[in-house]
Amino acid sequence: MSEVLLSADNIGIGFGGLRALDGVGFEARAGEVLAIIGPNGAGKTTLFNIVSGLYRADTGRVVLAGQDVTQAPPHRLAALGLSRTFQNLQVFFRMTAAENVMAGRHLRERSSLLADLLRLPAARRANRASRDAAMALLAEVGLAEHADRPAGSLPYGALKRLEIARALATEPRVLLLDEPAAGCNPVETAEIDHLIAAVAARGIAVVLIEHDMKMVMRISRQVVVLNQGRLLAAGTPAEVRNNPEVIAAYLGLHGAKEAALA
Amino acid sequence: MNARWATLLILAAVIAVIPWFFPSGYYFRVAALVWVTALGAVGLQVLMGQAGQVSLGHAGFVGIGAYAMALGPKYLGLPVLACLPLGAVLAGLIAFLVGRPILRLKGHYLAVATLGFGILVALVLVSEIAITGGPDGIRIPRPEIFGWRPRGGEAWYWINGAALLIGVWLALNIQHSPSGRALAALHDSEVAARTIGIDVARHKLRAFVIAAVYGAVAGGLMAMMNGFVTPDAAGFLQSVEYVTMVVIGGLASVPGAVVGAAALVLLPQALTVFHEYEHAVLGLLIMLFMIFLRVGIVPGLATLLRRRPA
Repeated sequence: MSEVLLSADNIGIGFGGLRALDGVGFEARAGEVLAIIGPNGAGKTTLFNIVSGLYRADTGRVVLAGQDVTQAPPHRLAALGLSRTFQNLQVFFRMTAAENVMAGRHLRERSSLLADLLRLPAARRANRASRDAAMALLAEVGLAEHADRPAGSLPYGALKRLEIARALATEPRVLLLDEPAAGCNPVETAEIDHLIAAVAARGIAVVLIEHDMKMVMRISRQVVVLNQGRLLAAGTPAEVRNNPEVIAAYLGLHGAKEAALA
Repeated sequence: MNARWATLLILAAVIAVIPWFFPSGYYFRVAALVWVTALGAVGLQVLMGQAGQVSLGHAGFVGIGAYAMALGPKYLGLPVLACLPLGAVLAGLIAFLVGRPILRLKGHYLAVATLGFGILVALVLVSEIAITGGPDGIRIPRPEIFGWRPRGGEAWYWINGAALLIGVWLALNIQHSPSGRALAALHDSEVAARTIGIDVARHKLRAFVIAAVYGAVAGGLMAMMNGFVTPDAAGFLQSVEYVTMVVIGGLASVPGAVVGAAALVLLPQALTVFHEYEHAVLGLLIMLFMIFLRVGIVPGLATLLRRRPA
């Protein structure tokens, strides 16, 4: 089995009196897709927010590439190789598509404030290198022809892919994708499906929150099921979709059939 | 990239050409005031327009820069010109110290905190009469640049015009640089900016310090031009005017800040025909600008021009 790049262990958090997560964990491995599924309100996005440093967990430990990062702020985690997308889009709407991805190159840009102010060669080099990297990533996600359009004018499916391109621009070792196919039509979903497989093939550990069961079953190596803030089941796609508890709590009979078709 | 040079070229051309149309020396003075005010506004544009952080205390830094020109020569025996960079460094340092705690605040809370800072500066300038001369203000010694003593509106027209040109160049450089992208990113989505590795607190603080330095240099130049400064330079009304300039010119636009400054300096001059209704008309015009050109004068006009078939 390949190396564990991200592990979350015994994660718990409460909001007011509500235990949003309790004793949840997973291990994401290099080059594999791990899916987190479960009904709405199960705590999937909360778990992402903890792992990516936006929330602070009450209990538990997060380890990224061998380092304990439980208390680390998001920008530190990004520097250590963790990147993510958002369920409710967090695109930089006033920038162009290319600038969105260029912003993702922030950590790779070797330019000082002084160089930027005076437009010294270092700043120009950084601009050029970021632009080149952004164009390559936009081509990869199929948005090359929209590079210089304002992000705010792009359709929803394109924005989902733009967020993935921006996250990839940081050169992550671990990529968290929060419902990348939500609201996308079947063609767009298939594109995102291929994209995720290609990303994982590069050795990146992909952690995916997704409701599209066909997609989850097709591309995941492991599936973790959450329900009401607790771990309901974990295992291979086949194990999970035949688990009676999972069928009862989340998949239902129709969902189980759909998952079996994948 | 080309838009950047076009902006600088147009500004340089305007600065070079308009004196031909001045009917009297008085106009040099007014235009010199426009350039130096615009310099202060451009600094605020970096903070408000690019980083999206509001400041209702910008004039506080203008005041620090202006009073440095009076207090440095008087108490430290420094040549007045040396106090220009000194005031800028001092303002930057104060911004660094003040900015760290208050830039954690967002939106209205940040507005109120910066407002408090501006009021504090003005209050100190008014009440420390023994040092600052109090509400009556204080005299600034005449500067000497390699034996040349700039006097009168025309000299300051060119000095302030050159300073503005440099200020606009630097602000445009920032906007189209890695630092500028980080500011634009945290402006649009702080959460997303953090997850791509941007240290949001650090970049906000940088923008705040940059704005303060611009304000202090503008204040210092203004003080030297007038040969005199009063606490009004740091007052709340001044801060509000700077915000208004940046907003009506176009938050997203560096040249917008220059146009906004020109509007707010020149309109009161033009509106003197309305006598006591002058301020009412000014207020009305600002409201109309906001209703009909909400994105600001420069971006608004740019969109209108683009929409027109070629």
